[in-house]
Amino acid sequence: MALSLVAVTALLVVLTRDLVKLTIANSVYGLVLVVLFLVFGAADVALSELVVGAVAMPLAIVVAIVKERGE
Amino acid sequence: MTRSGRIALLALGLGGLLSLLAVAAADLPAFGSVHSAYAAFARHAAYAGRHAANSVAAVVFDVRGMDTMIEEFILFGAATATSLLLRSSRDEEAERAEDQGEGDALKLFGIGGVGAVVVLGLYVVAHGYVTPGGGFQGGVVLATAAALVFLGGTYRAFRRVTPERVLEAAEAVGVLAWPGLGIGVVAAGSAFLANVLPYGSLGSLASAGTIPLLNAATGLAVAAAFTLIGVEFLEELFAERARAEEGEGS
Repeated sequence: MALSLVAVTALLVVLTRDLVKLTIANSVYGLVLVVLFLVFGAADVALSELVVGAVAMPLAIVVAIVKERGE
Repeated sequence: MTRSGRIALLALGLGGLLSLLAVAAADLPAFGSVHSAYAAFARHAAYAGRHAANSVAAVVFDVRGMDTMIEEFILFGAATATSLLLRSSRDEEAERAEDQGEGDALKLFGIGGVGAVVVLGLYVVAHGYVTPGGGFQGGVVLATAAALVFLGGTYRAFRRVTPERVLEAAEAVGVLAWPGLGIGVVAAGSAFLANVLPYGSLGSLASAGTIPLLNAATGLAVAAAFTLIGVEFLEELFAERARAEEGEGS
């Protein structure tokens, strides 16, 4: 179940073309990965993925998008 | 080579790779059915060897402490390079744009969340070797508290809680604590980064020897490095915005 969710959200990330939507899709993908790691009992890896994949990386990407668009 | 020839070659390669993958996947052991020798060693090294309840922390901060130290250097290098590159193209004395903050809901959750996130981050760092977590994860959580000040408040408020000099010093102290402790241990007559402190009792905060010290140093370094990278990105953004506003005004 968790594995197929990861596959579906990964596909979503690849197929999304709009950059802002892509960032959101990417952080959802990060959250689903966190669930997968928890299912496998890897709580430490899940925490790392949570802070990097769902928080730090989207933040960096959003700042880059804002700068690029000059808004 | 013609287009159809290339596609045939690609199909051959992909087909071969897929069939090999299918054969390999069919032969995989079921999840949880194999207990590797390394897992057994890591568990023993953590619980019996070092009285660390979190075996991942014991491996990261002790068994392969040297690797983690070099990872700290990598993060330090990344933050330093970001600062160098962005600062060189920016006028440090110039004005920064002012902002009024965003909507009420964002303000409420942003400012309301800062205290809770700081406590959570400190908890994740402090209990890193007892429960899941550790210096790296807790450090990033602490850095997001600073980001919340920006999201829920204003850029001016964000810069007031993130003075560059303090961040730079904190990052340097956190990173240097690693080789510092390692060399200190060597001076005391043991191997580099060897766990020489008393192990304490399993499951308490006073356990696992040098692991709590290295864990705290990592938390400090990671929190400062991530905040510093965020500061550099946002400085860039607001310096540019101020220039754009100036251009409109004149």
